[in-house]
Amino acid sequence: MKTNRLGHWIAILIGTLYFVVPLAATFEFSLRKLRGVYSFEAYRVVLADPQFQSSFTFSVGLAVVTIVFGMAIIVPMAYFVELRLRKLRPFVEFVTLLPLVVPAIVIVFGYLRLYNSSSILPLTNSTLSTNFLLTCGYVTLALPYMYRSIETGLRAIDVRTLTEAAESLGASSGTIIWRIILPNIRSAMLSGAFLTFAIVIGEFTFASLLNRPAFGPYLQLIGANRAYEPAALACMAFMITWACMGIIQVISRNAVAAHP
Amino acid sequence: MASNASSASLPRPRVPWAVVGVTPFMVFALLFLILPTLFLVVGAFQDNDGGFTLANLGKLWTPTILASYWISIKVSVASAVIGAAIGAFIAYAAVSGGLPRWIRPTIMTFSGVASQFAGVPLAFAFLATLGRQGLVTLFLSSVFGLNIYAQGFNLLSFWGLTLTYLYFQIPLMVLIVTPAIEGLRKEWREAATILGASNWQYWRHIAGPVLLPSFLGAALLLFANAFGAIATAYALTGSSLNIVTILLYAQIRGDVLHDQNLGYAIAFGMIVITGLSNLCYILLRVRSERWLK
Repeated sequence: MKTNRLGHWIAILIGTLYFVVPLAATFEFSLRKLRGVYSFEAYRVVLADPQFQSSFTFSVGLAVVTIVFGMAIIVPMAYFVELRLRKLRPFVEFVTLLPLVVPAIVIVFGYLRLYNSSSILPLTNSTLSTNFLLTCGYVTLALPYMYRSIETGLRAIDVRTLTEAAESLGASSGTIIWRIILPNIRSAMLSGAFLTFAIVIGEFTFASLLNRPAFGPYLQLIGANRAYEPAALACMAFMITWACMGIIQVISRNAVAAHP
Repeated sequence: MASNASSASLPRPRVPWAVVGVTPFMVFALLFLILPTLFLVVGAFQDNDGGFTLANLGKLWTPTILASYWISIKVSVASAVIGAAIGAFIAYAAVSGGLPRWIRPTIMTFSGVASQFAGVPLAFAFLATLGRQGLVTLFLSSVFGLNIYAQGFNLLSFWGLTLTYLYFQIPLMVLIVTPAIEGLRKEWREAATILGASNWQYWRHIAGPVLLPSFLGAALLLFANAFGAIATAYALTGSSLNIVTILLYAQIRGDVLHDQNLGYAIAFGMIVITGLSNLCYILLRVRSERWLK
C-alpha cells in the first residue's frame, strides 16, 4: 500500500503548510517595523502601550471572574442533574447547546434591548453592572464547553456511590460538592477553565457592543490604525491560545495517568 | 444543621437541596440566554406599537439585506464544505496508520489550538500572509513574478474570507470527525477484502455510508460556526464585505436601517438558519451513533 501512504504524507504536508505558513508570515511581518532590519520593535511598542496593559489586564480579570462564576452555577447544577434530577437532562442539554445555535451577536443584541437604561433591569446603566452583564455574556459563550467538560468529569466518577458514602457518614450536600465531588473532577474543571480563558481573552463582539475596554476591541482598534503591531499582537494571541491548549493536554494526560 | 434534623423524618429530605443547587443555573439561563433570544424573536413579529405583524420579515427581502445573507451563506457553505473535505482527509491520514506515531498527537494538539485561533488575531495573521504586503504575496511576486492582486485576488473578498475561515474550520473538522473515523473497524475492511471488494467498493458501500452522517453533521456544525462569526471578517474587511453579522453589528451600533424591529428580523433570520443546520446536525448525529459505538 505504498501509494496510499504517499497520499497520507501529502495530505499531512499540505495541511502543515497551510497552518504553518501564516504563522511564519505573521511572525516575519511583526519583525519588519524598523526599515531594513528585523527587530522586536513592534513588540516593544505594543508592550509599552498603556492601553495594551489596561485592556489585557481587564480581559484577564474578566476571564477569571467568568470561570469562577460559570463553575459556581454549572457544577452544582450538573451534579444534581446527574444525581437526582435526571428528568431535567434533555432541557439542560438543549440550553447548553443554545449558544452554539444563537450567534453571539444575536445574544448581545438581546442584552442591549432587554437591559438598556429604560428597561426594568437597567444593567447597562453603570460600569459595574455592564461588566457584570459582559461576564454573563461570556459565561453563556463558554457554557457549551464548560458544561461538556464538567459533565464528562462527573460521568467518569461514580457520583451516586460517592454521594451515598458521604451521606452515610453525615456530610451535607454542600460538603459533598466541595470536598468530594470537586477534588474528583478537578482536571475536567481545569480543562474547561483554560478553554474558557482562551475564548474570553480575545473576544470582540460582546465587549465591543457593550462598550467595555477589553482586549478584543483593543486588537481591532490597533488593526485599523497600525501596520506592524497587529502582527505582533497576533503572535502573542497565538502563544496564549497555544499555552491554554497545551495546559489542557497536560492536565488530561495526567488525569488519564491517575485513573487508567 | 437544625433544618436537616427536623426534616429527617420526611421520605425525601434532600430534594430541596437539589432544587437549590439547580436554581441559580436555571435563573441564569432564563435571564441571559432564553429571554434575550425570545425578546428578539417576538420583536421580529411586532410593529412599533407592539402589534403582530409580518412586515419586518417581509422587509428582509430587500436587495441589501438579501445580498448580505447570501454572501454569509456562500462563505459559510464554501468554508464548511472545503473545510470538511480537507479536514476529513487529514483526520483519515492521521488515524489510519502508516505514519510515524508522533504525527497523530501532534495533529490533534495543533487542531485544538488552531480551531480556537479565530477572531481578530486570525485576520491579522492573514493580512500579514496574503495582504498586499504579506509574505506570501511578496514571495510569489519576487520569485515567480506573479502579482496575485493584479490577477484579481483580494483578501477582502469572498475567496479571501473563505480562505481565512478555513484556518479554523479544517482543524475543527479534524477534531470532530476523528472519533467517527476511529470507529471504522479493521474487521470491516478485512471482511470486505476477503469477499473480493476493491478499495473503491469498500469506500462506496461500507466506510462511506457509515461515515456519511458524521461527515454531513460535522459540515453543518462548521457551517453554523462560520455563519455566526464576525470578529475575523470585521477586522479583515472593515465593512467592505457586507456579511450579515457585520450588517447586524452596524445596525446595533448606529441603527443604520432606522428600524429597530427590522434589526430583530435580521437576528431572527440568523437564528432560523443556524437553528436549522444544528437541528440537522443533531438528527444526523443520532443516526451516526447507531454504528459508531
